[in-house]
Amino acid sequence: MIEFIKGTFVISGALLMLLASLGILRLPDLLTRMHATTKAAALGVILIMLAVAMHFSEVGVAARAFAIIVFILMTAPVAAHVIGRAGYFVGSKLWSGTVKDELRPNYDPLTHELKSGRETEANARREPKETDPS
Amino acid sequence: MTGAIWNLLLALAWVVLSGDFTGLNLLVGLVFGYIALLLIEPQVESLEGYPARIPRILGFLGFFIKELLMANLKVGFDILTPPWHMKPGVIAMPLEARTELEITMVANLISLTPGTLSLDVSDDRKVLYIHAMFLDDEEELRRNLKEMEHRALQLFR
Repeated sequence: MIEFIKGTFVISGALLMLLASLGILRLPDLLTRMHATTKAAALGVILIMLAVAMHFSEVGVAARAFAIIVFILMTAPVAAHVIGRAGYFVGSKLWSGTVKDELRPNYDPLTHELKSGRETEANARREPKETDPS
Repeated sequence: MTGAIWNLLLALAWVVLSGDFTGLNLLVGLVFGYIALLLIEPQVESLEGYPARIPRILGFLGFFIKELLMANLKVGFDILTPPWHMKPGVIAMPLEARTELEITMVANLISLTPGTLSLDVSDDRKVLYIHAMFLDDEEELRRNLKEMEHRALQLFR
């Protein structure tokens, strides 16, 4: 039984990593690629580490596997955020199928000021209109 | 915080007294310590709120793992099939979190769930800009994000 669970974890972890690398090749723009790499790869590492901990079932190995999982969970989103943010502001093009961008109109490329669009009460309650610049 | 320390101390006492120095026994000790704290909570002021927090954390973990798996499957399906089903876009999410720590936590959680990636916080810390991969149902997505944020914040408050 435990063999079966271990095998499932290792195989699905490896498949997720394969999926992440396929995602880098196939996805059209930087931000969608960041989606594929960080999450699928992080989950893949987590699954493989769980399998490792189960396989050796020693306190030392399990503790290290757990530490690796915690560090991955702490660092992966930060890295994705920093790379995605830098790429966006440097001006990497979004994919042509992108349906919406609520950040662009609020960002001032000269001063690097990023408004929230909710500075005043009236602003916060305002609904989007047809005539708004997109 | 005092609750967590007492829980750990009780678990260590259990391990020492039962004389079985294994991780599993420590876990048993933690459970018993938790039950003991749950029983004396009404009488000890500094413990208030601690026992209620543990089920919340566990519930949040379950919720988070479920979200993680579901969304990974969705992204995986889109990568593997030739036509693109995704509708990516950047949306602004009003933040309920106020302090820097809370915002960091919420942003990291949002980045970790597949399908959403936190891009930036506005200068006045009121809005988080998120890149989402599936904007088919924007209302639904916003509701999910709100629920996630709300659950995460409950762990701290």
